[in-house]
Amino acid sequence: MTASTKKWLWLVLALAFLVPLLRPVLPDLVSDYRLFLVSTMMIAGIAVLGLNLLTGFNGQISLGHGAFYAVGAYTAAVLMDHLDMPYWLTLPCAAIVCFIVGYLFGLPALKLEGHYLALATFALALAVPQILKYKWLEGLTGGVQGIVLNKPEVPFGLPLTEDQWLYYYILIVMVLLYWAAANMLNSRSGRAMMAIRDYTIAAGTMGIDTSLYKTVTFGISAAYTGIAGALSASAIAFVAPDSFNIFLSIKFLIGLVVGGIGSLVGSVVGGIFYVLVDNSAQALSTFAKNDLGLQFDLSAYTVFGILLIVLMYLMPMGIVGGVYYLVQGLRSSMRSPEAKAQAARKQHATR
Amino acid sequence: MEQFLQQVASGLANGAIYACVALALVMIYVSTDHINFAQGEMAMFSTYISWQLMSWGISFWIAFILAVVLSFILGVVIERVILRPLHNAPVLSIVVVFIGLLAIFNSVAGAIWSYLIKEYPSPFPKSSFGIAGVIGPHQLGVVLVTLIVLGLLFAFFRYTPLGLAMRAAAQNPQMARLVGVRVDWMLALGWGLAAAVGAVAGIMVAHIVYLDPNMMAGILLYAFAGALVGGIGNPGGAVLGGFIVGVLENMVAFAGNQIEKTTGIYIIGNGEKLTVALIIVIFVLTVRPAGIFGRVVVKRV
Repeated sequence: MTASTKKWLWLVLALAFLVPLLRPVLPDLVSDYRLFLVSTMMIAGIAVLGLNLLTGFNGQISLGHGAFYAVGAYTAAVLMDHLDMPYWLTLPCAAIVCFIVGYLFGLPALKLEGHYLALATFALALAVPQILKYKWLEGLTGGVQGIVLNKPEVPFGLPLTEDQWLYYYILIVMVLLYWAAANMLNSRSGRAMMAIRDYTIAAGTMGIDTSLYKTVTFGISAAYTGIAGALSASAIAFVAPDSFNIFLSIKFLIGLVVGGIGSLVGSVVGGIFYVLVDNSAQALSTFAKNDLGLQFDLSAYTVFGILLIVLMYLMPMGIVGGVYYLVQGLRSSMRSPEAKAQAARKQHATR
Repeated sequence: MEQFLQQVASGLANGAIYACVALALVMIYVSTDHINFAQGEMAMFSTYISWQLMSWGISFWIAFILAVVLSFILGVVIERVILRPLHNAPVLSIVVVFIGLLAIFNSVAGAIWSYLIKEYPSPFPKSSFGIAGVIGPHQLGVVLVTLIVLGLLFAFFRYTPLGLAMRAAAQNPQMARLVGVRVDWMLALGWGLAAAVGAVAGIMVAHIVYLDPNMMAGILLYAFAGALVGGIGNPGGAVLGGFIVGVLENMVAFAGNQIEKTTGIYIIGNGEKLTVALIIVIFVLTVRPAGIFGRVVVKRV
């Protein structure tokens, strides 16, 4: 990561922390609803980040990350509902449970590659709602009805609304997780993960324990997505099996593809993007009806589907990757002729 | 005992559907090495087309044939337009494109025909058909129709020059090209046939599961399981695998019911059908990825 992108990240972060405080000044712009929307975007960003760790940085395709999201959400909900655990304590619990589940799913996944792994995880995503409705678990999960929870309360008598507090809570968690992921990827283990993605056999010959790294990455990735699920359980204050269907996993995939496969910043952008499209589906549909003269409703998934295909053609690196390369290209072409000549001279001298 | 036979019979009827979809998956897999995640949604879309034609007053069998032909064209178009440029793309891109297709078909069907569940008529006469008590008329009809379709396909691949060319294109594209087979068009034809077979499956199953945009999700999963059990590179194996999985599905639910009746402990029932399919998929993939009839492919590094 270059210094300039780091500067931008800090700027965005500062804005993210300060803007909600403008609420007394600009009550319309910084409404509770908007803050809640941004909170769900950040949750989505964490979930996509988890998927990206697995698919983008380790090369294992998963179409079933909705399953780990569901496990995280249900772990948090059950702990809060049955054991009255405080909401913030459910995050580490969800992370541990999801890590174990992800690790266990990673074991058979070791034998699978490419299409087959996609197939196995696709099957997982399809089966999740049914598993959550399993009769033996009904006492815990509430069956089809799901579990209704309470929203997190503002602690220490801070002068914040519930949604403001939720926003800060999720923002802090996201920043911590992002920081952890960035550090992990920039370490020996992270480089090993990426080496496995690029050439598994070569990575193995260099002494990397590929099975261990692959399964542990599966676990970590599941833990990230599970934490996002746990956050969503306390943010929405409700979990139900049918909300964790295959389309949830497809949303993560669209976040991954739009943001950029193998890009940390892109994961967050992708998460923001899919929540944005999901929420403006109604407006989009009326726009298509009135202005484009379409006869029927346009759903968010039509947009998602078209984008998935178009992006694979035009920007396989995702929007963030595409913009990055565009800027790089522009910069190098805008460099002054003198600098170019100097660079050429330097190259000549070193030869 | 009669109950047991009933379960086997309805398992065979379901199995016929799974066999069709599994065959469609295998046809695409054999020629392009792609697993078509959108197969179920394509079949669902074809079923809606036939429903639309019927609601315009066309009789069932003509609507059936029209829908199958339209699906064939749709399949060819999808291959030519969307998948052709991605022939050498990485696996992830192709999977993403299939998921994109799935989302598009699902949402467009929902937009045009709404997500409300619709009844779908059965073309088979109510009485004087089927074996009383064991298998219903619709189920028997489904088995017959799918067997006819499978027989036609077998004859097509076995006895016609075009079928031979398609097999050649799938087995060894370079050599096939050298002897004058237009491999690209053979792949597109394969896609069209897969879409058509899927359409048959969708139209046949719609009376049983009712018509809605998500109707094929479970069926697709079972078709995957069937294709894997039989060997995803083997058309005959996939058909047999579809039947095996169909019967197995009902047997598991039947056994679960019997256990609950005798011991009072609920272990497994109709609610866990998809979970059973998931377990089959993962089990086969990890224990014997080539399936029962498949050949183990050795990859050169």
